[in-house]
Amino acid sequence: MSEAVKIEGHDHHDDHHHEPTFIEKWIFPLDHKFIGMQYLFTGMFMALFGGFFVYAFRMQLAFPGMSVPGFGTVSPAEYNMLITNHGSVMIFWVAMPVLIAAFGNFLIPLMIGADDMVFPKLNRLSYQLFFISVLILMASWFVEGGGFGGAWTAYPPLSADANYSMTPLGSSLWLLAVAVEFAAFLVGGINFITTAMNSRAPGMKAQDVPMTVWMICIASILFMASVGPLIAGAIMLFFDQMVGTGFFDPRRGGDPILWQHLFWFFGHPEVYVVLLPACGFVADVITVFSRKKLFGYQTILYTAIGTGSLSFFVWAHHQFVAGIDPRMANIFTVTTVLISIPIAEMMFLFIATLYGGSIRFTTPMLWALGFIGEFLIGGVTGIYLGASGMDIYFHDTYFVIAHFHYTFFPIAFIGTFTALTFWFPKMFGRMMNDTLGKVHFWGTIIPLNTIFIPLFVLGAAGQHRRIYNYNHFPDLSTPDLQALRIVATVSLLVLIAFQAVFLFNFFYSIIAGEKAPVNPWKSNTLEWTTSSPPPHGNWHPDDMPKVYRGPYEYSVPGREDDFWPQNEPA
Amino acid sequence: MGFRPIANTRSATGIMTAKLAVWWLIASEIVIFGGLLACYIMHRLAHHEWAYYAVHTNVIAGATNTMILLTSSLFAVLAHHAAEQGDGKKAARNLLITCGFGLGFLVVKSIEWTTEIQHGYTITANTFWSFYYTAAGIHGAHVIVGMLCMLWVANTARQGKDLHRVENVGLYWHFVDLVWIFLFPLLYIAK
Amino acid sequence: MAEHAEAAAEHGHDDHGHGEHHDVSFYYKTYAALVVLFIISVVGPYIGEITGIQIITLITAFGIAVVKAGLVIRNFMHLNVEKAFVHYFLITSLAFMFLFFFAVAPDVLKHDGTNWENVAAKDWIEQKDAEYAAGGGDHHGGGHGDAHGEDHGGGHDEGHGEKKDEGGHH
Repeated sequence: MSEAVKIEGHDHHDDHHHEPTFIEKWIFPLDHKFIGMQYLFTGMFMALFGGFFVYAFRMQLAFPGMSVPGFGTVSPAEYNMLITNHGSVMIFWVAMPVLIAAFGNFLIPLMIGADDMVFPKLNRLSYQLFFISVLILMASWFVEGGGFGGAWTAYPPLSADANYSMTPLGSSLWLLAVAVEFAAFLVGGINFITTAMNSRAPGMKAQDVPMTVWMICIASILFMASVGPLIAGAIMLFFDQMVGTGFFDPRRGGDPILWQHLFWFFGHPEVYVVLLPACGFVADVITVFSRKKLFGYQTILYTAIGTGSLSFFVWAHHQFVAGIDPRMANIFTVTTVLISIPIAEMMFLFIATLYGGSIRFTTPMLWALGFIGEFLIGGVTGIYLGASGMDIYFHDTYFVIAHFHYTFFPIAFIGTFTALTFWFPKMFGRMMNDTLGKVHFWGTIIPLNTIFIPLFVLGAAGQHRRIYNYNHFPDLSTPDLQALRIVATVSLLVLIAFQAVFLFNFFYSIIAGEKAPVNPWKSNTLEWTTSSPPPHGNWHPDDMPKVYRGPYEYSVPGREDDFWPQNEPA
Repeated sequence: MGFRPIANTRSATGIMTAKLAVWWLIASEIVIFGGLLACYIMHRLAHHEWAYYAVHTNVIAGATNTMILLTSSLFAVLAHHAAEQGDGKKAARNLLITCGFGLGFLVVKSIEWTTEIQHGYTITANTFWSFYYTAAGIHGAHVIVGMLCMLWVANTARQGKDLHRVENVGLYWHFVDLVWIFLFPLLYIAK
Repeated sequence: MAEHAEAAAEHGHDDHGHGEHHDVSFYYKTYAALVVLFIISVVGPYIGEITGIQIITLITAFGIAVVKAGLVIRNFMHLNVEKAFVHYFLITSLAFMFLFFFAVAPDVLKHDGTNWENVAAKDWIEQKDAEYAAGGGDHHGGGHGDAHGEDHGGGHDEGHGEKKDEGGHH
């Protein structure tokens, strides 16, 4: 790519030194770091709800009919509302805002050597839209009829007709919340892509950009390209719900399968939208803590782009048993199995990066390694599901749930903890306690496996999803299978309990943690060249960094230090 | 309007950031409208009986609106031309004319829709009309947003500031025109 | 006639190689071409309807729409002198829409396949055909059944399912 070209703005120096007032800073922030924090804390807050919902419905599954402490008895309608909102919250209001919006906002300008995003006001608007979507979603839980219970996939006619969903207001509010959230991310995504493409520091070529930035950028593009048809579909569904149109009503000349296609055309790229940023974090962390160059920078980039492109060609594997043409199913089986190749290659390249490295088992490194291991399990089980023949049996069973949690949990939680423990010093100017961090790590990783391995077994035994009480199914309510459910639920309780360790560590360290130096991890990338936390404008306007090399020059032979910051002149 | 980060002034791609952002916006709008129109076309091809309903669309209104939008695009590009030559006042004037045509578009549409609704062709009448109102409605919403943006840009351009915005808002407006260029035959002509 | 107008527009473009420095007449010429094309695109389908040759309607309505779009994109939006990668991602967006259409059409566009039949849709079409043949056209937005739709207006407090009681499809 060409050298960064500087186009003169008007008087930006004067405006740049303007320190924000209290109102400006807290209510109407323009600083990307602050907006990133807003997204982070909102996402963490929503995770509490997502976690509470899963707690309630897993207790119901392990001890059917019994009153759940802190919730009460779970009725069938409430069960549906819990699973629907658990999924929706975790994907749209936790994974996306934290992985993309929070870390993207905080890191992109810093890592490319810019003073802010190119459109700070648009950035603020995107958070405000996002915040509104949170309010709408939470409102949906408290209206008459309760929250939407038609699953996060919202298939019509269940989602379109209040006679079936029995949540007339809840359905529409949920849909509106999702639509507003999409708008927030479209606006935000344009900001990220434009900033990453245009505002790089002088000397920073395309291959000098850290993986985190590349991945978030590619993820934003994927999101933008895939969400369009679903936005159209959401408007159509909204009209079906509120106005009485029949877009998805076969009795009126519509087609419910159309919704499925519209949804999954977005739904599949969406999982790569959240996966790629997590991979970016892992790449940046494993290089720092193995003191080694990233193995195959260009290849990783191509696998990311390849995966992203291929992800548009696999969506109907969610619809193998929906009545699609079997010849289409064949095509989608081939593409689905194919897409495992670039992703597997990325994982192998991470392993190759580690090989021969000088490994430091810090907390962020443990999380990054955990990601690779757990995600591999998730990915491999996806191949079973991608084969349409096997999927005839496995579709809608707990095998699917276990597969996507083995992928989603690493993405949303392990990825987040990797990034959070790594960049915490930069964000808050303090160090987190490493011992507590390791306790939290083991207390999360072990239960993760003991929750979801039983679910694979249950799925293989034929247990279908979205059923609130398996006592109605004699074959599925044998003591052995019920024991597996209890194991999974108890493990979940342990997992939730250990998050308290993290929350304590996180908040205590913000207030009273050891003060962080500028570059505690001895990392190369640009964010570690400014103070912890960075000032308004990130660097002094006359002192903006210039880049002389790539981000992964670790252990370069002939140098005294085992790292070589990007901005150090040769 | 004062705070412009250094990031905003850089251009590693050689395209100014605001323009690059508008192109990305257009890319995302292509998939939104594309998705909607793809659904419409699928249904239309599957339901030949929609021809009975489509007969009742008002071709004159549609054609008038097409002319209006084409002309508005002309003035949008003339505004861009003026802005390139540094003539902020002329650019603003042309943008306002473009806006005026946009208003004309909305007026014709309101009359057209009112008439159709009075005849019973409502959004719930059948799925053809549902698509008709949804597609044209979303397009109309984009027209309104475009007009508001143009008014805002015309205001700053009049003072000779930020003239590059004239081209950017023009790009958006041309895209809105493009969507209508395809909506017109799809909704009105294909009988 | 269309080609002549297009050639004029082309000529205007070539006079000033670099896209950004057109003379105003270039834009007026493009506009003239657009108007001419527009007239053809309205007259053409009319002729196509009268003569019954559907291909005329298709070419004049949709073919010309594509040409008009091309003119707006090239001459007004100056995409031809824009950096190459902008083309690429715009075309990619469009390509995804084609992908979406062609992959979903087998399920939605067709109403039967090797092992399935969309009974509801077929019944609907049959009924509408019958109404049209019998009633000789519809006044109230597509047949008697639909009149129920407008009676309930935009009511959303009850499901719309119950309004549609036209002849019990299942």
